Amino acid sequence: METMRVQDVTPNDLPWKIRYDASRCTLCGSCVSACSFRAIEAKVERRRMVFSESELPEPKARFSAVPVIRQVKSVKNYCRGCGICEKVCPNDAIRPERNPDTRHPIVTRCLGGDSIKRGGRKNLESTVRTLDKIRVGRISQMTDPSLDAQRHTFDLLAPFGRILPPQKLPLGVGPEGLLRTEGSTPPVRWIYPVVIGDMSIGALSWRMWEAVAMATAYLNEECGLPVRMCSGEGGVPVRLLKSRYLKYMILQIASGHFGWNRIAKAMPHMIEDPAGVLIKIGQGAKPGDGGLLMAQKVAEHIQAIRGVPKADLLSPPNHQGLYSIEESVQKMFLSFNAAFKFRVPVAIKVAASSTSVSVFNNLVRDPYNIVGGFFLDGIDGGTGAAHEVSLDHTGHPIVSKLRDCYLAAVAQGRQGQIPLWAAGGLGKTGDLAADAFKMIALGANGVFSGKLILQMAGCVGNDQGRCNACNTGLCPVGITTQEPPLVHRLDPERVAQNIVNYFLAMDTELKKLMAPIGNSSLPVGRSDALVATDRAVADKLQIQYVC
Amino acid sequence: MCRIGAIKSLDFVHPSMALQLMQSQQKGHDNSGFAMVMHDLGGIFENYKKLPTLSMAATDEGVRLAEDILHEAGFQRVLQWVPETNPQPGLDINAMPNYVFETFDYPKHLRNGDKKEQEDLLLDMRLKLREALEPNEEGFVYSFWPDVVTLKEIGDPRDIGTYFNLWQPDDKFTARVITAQCRQNTNYDIVRYAAHPFHLQGYTALANGENTFYLKNVEFQRKLHRGYIGFESDSQCFLYTLHYVHHELGWPLRYYKHVVTPLPFEEIEQREDREQLKAIRQSLAHLEINGPNTIIGVLPDHSMFTCCDAKKLRPVVIGRDEKTVVISSEVCGINEVLPERDWETDIYPNEREIVAIGNDLEVQRWKQ
Ligand code: SF4
Ligand code: SF4
Repeated sequence: METMRVQDVTPNDLPWKIRYDASRCTLCGSCVSACSFRAIEAKVERRRMVFSESELPEPKARFSAVPVIRQVKSVKNYCRGCGICEKVCPNDAIRPERNPDTRHPIVTRCLGGDSIKRGGRKNLESTVRTLDKIRVGRISQMTDPSLDAQRHTFDLLAPFGRILPPQKLPLGVGPEGLLRTEGSTPPVRWIYPVVIGDMSIGALSWRMWEAVAMATAYLNEECGLPVRMCSGEGGVPVRLLKSRYLKYMILQIASGHFGWNRIAKAMPHMIEDPAGVLIKIGQGAKPGDGGLLMAQKVAEHIQAIRGVPKADLLSPPNHQGLYSIEESVQKMFLSFNAAFKFRVPVAIKVAASSTSVSVFNNLVRDPYNIVGGFFLDGIDGGTGAAHEVSLDHTGHPIVSKLRDCYLAAVAQGRQGQIPLWAAGGLGKTGDLAADAFKMIALGANGVFSGKLILQMAGCVGNDQGRCNACNTGLCPVGITTQEPPLVHRLDPERVAQNIVNYFLAMDTELKKLMAPIGNSSLPVGRSDALVATDRAVADKLQIQYVC
Repeated sequence: MCRIGAIKSLDFVHPSMALQLMQSQQKGHDNSGFAMVMHDLGGIFENYKKLPTLSMAATDEGVRLAEDILHEAGFQRVLQWVPETNPQPGLDINAMPNYVFETFDYPKHLRNGDKKEQEDLLLDMRLKLREALEPNEEGFVYSFWPDVVTLKEIGDPRDIGTYFNLWQPDDKFTARVITAQCRQNTNYDIVRYAAHPFHLQGYTALANGENTFYLKNVEFQRKLHRGYIGFESDSQCFLYTLHYVHHELGWPLRYYKHVVTPLPFEEIEQREDREQLKAIRQSLAHLEINGPNTIIGVLPDHSMFTCCDAKKLRPVVIGRDEKTVVISSEVCGINEVLPERDWETDIYPNEREIVAIGNDLEVQRWKQ
């Protein structure tokens, strides 16, 4: 008999336990080969069977070796609850079961001497989301008739770029009594109010990234929705940089500057301007933490695009050498504007935090009128790898921060001058249209979403701690991995189709929400259209309370 | 619903005409009030066109307060007209003790002063008066501007007309432009300030409809100009936008429509002036109005215009003869005051145009 030590890790210490029914299992091996985490293995068990061969009971015991599927008892190869084994099992013989008594946070740290990292979902589930305590409460009826979502035309576009205050518009009156332009204005792009958030090529598998890019192009060219996709930090394939599809891409630069060398080199060959540049100062899913692409995911093509060796790639928490907003305005914005000859709007992305309103105020007052968008990222979103402690315990929810920024702009009479974009758990319940609409009514010009795009692609992770192993490079559905066998599980055409369909549905839903409040253009700042069923939420957001 | 109307004539006309215009549309409003603004005055005010006239309803104390403030600022009264009222039992009117129409000369240092300085002072004085009279409801100051008179009252328009002896035409109290509205604003409390038309520095606006972007408009307008205050009605925003676009930004009137009901982006892209239109749409997004509306406006030069919301959810008709142009929510109003006109020339403005009436009564239709 093996010696059992009580200190050993057993499935009971891990977050998921495998329920396995040997009597149904035909030992096809599908589950074991499908489990990208190697959390189950085929083993041989010694079984004792009592039998009798004579007419009268004469019990004898026989020992035999039986093959079975067993959970691996290791903190390295622990089960993520992704349920892929269950999906592939032809006989319903195996499934993961949540273990409420897990000691995972303790044993993992004890054994590894390292902090836990995972894909960016919030696992500490708290209460009902703020957005779900808000309803669209103003329904136009008799005097201000509601619109017909099918018959009326709606103008669902949001600005990306710096908006000049009216008195600064370079407009003069010509001899015929018409306005004419007597100077230049910063570039502004009017785009769909939902941007596909910044997920880098590298964080995503090449098939996934391609699928998103394909969906974006299709939405623009076939569906007439000017959806933009942000590249994330990590560069862009040169072929795309030189293609006409670049106009749908917002290029991101973050503190690691990954991939920018190649982008800069491709500039002379670009036949289209990119849709914009997004300077990432921080993000909501791991605020204050830099990006982290584990070496496992730094495949060859990623090395080429980013110009790096196969190693853990860390983007520092902040741009090296930038220690103030003023400085970032001067240095980054001016250099990017100059690089693209002031034709491409440049925006900034920061993590929602106690200081984000001050940052926003600084930028709004900036005399250069240079910042073309404030992307505010709250907790509750994200894909990349992060230290669990940051994910779970750092950062601000997005709703009130967005509102604070909007009201700060209102207080200065400068609303709209720096378009506000917000993200962080939007669409978490599956209804991105409702979340986007509410955020817009609270003051956002538009929203961005990353995590939900993964869900559209078939991600099996969730906010209750299922999967969330995007950082491991072992994504069982091929979304966030660079392992060829896993990547091949993903069908890019279907992913693109799902994204396109979701956006089309969402577009209808946005109109369905705009119609009853009698608006044909985006209801930015129309907080009078919202009511809250929670007094504290109503007070904080300055909207009507109903019960 | 609200009913609105406006008369612009080559001759001076008496407010009885405006009352008739509104009375015939009586089924369309709820008899809760009547208000009018007269521009380009005749009668007793004709010789004082360059000097500002204060229009106010106030208590005795309110009148005293207001006069003190104006005197202290150096204004000297040159004319006072108190309409003869006709208080009969049973009239549905919520009258104030005094209705004051007083014309003042500017303080000495401004008599030959710069026009802008005069304009600024008049605005500041009106704001000051309003602030002083507001706390105890001692009075309501509607306008303080040359060649403009405002009257607003709560009650049944017919009785209000009777109370002020306005049914009987005379040549003492006349104007070439009169805008009028029946009914108060039911979205909010019945307050005198909420009654259209609204006036600011020579601009008058009134509307029939709802402004579903009211909150956006207010939040933005509050910071745009010190004169943009009150917001007792969601239609005040239309006046402020008119003032901002035309007076502050100095843009031609035709761009007003581009601000309040911007073209959809798809249409903007088809236009030659897309750059300008986009710049307007971007920078003035918070002045957009969204909701069913008809707006009538008067500019400081007494020209008049009307336009509708982008979906044309509120009615308006323009009728005219050689001497008079009438704008009205309902055609029956025009039939009442211009029965002999050629009704085939009536204009039903569409959702993408401004109909402007110049001082020679030439009617222009500007496609947005
Ligand atoms: S649930 Fe996922 S991680 Fe767990 S054993 Fe099954 S396939 Fe492996
Ligand atoms: S399925 Fe892939 S993308 Fe989704 S949580 Fe798991 S590892 Fe991440």
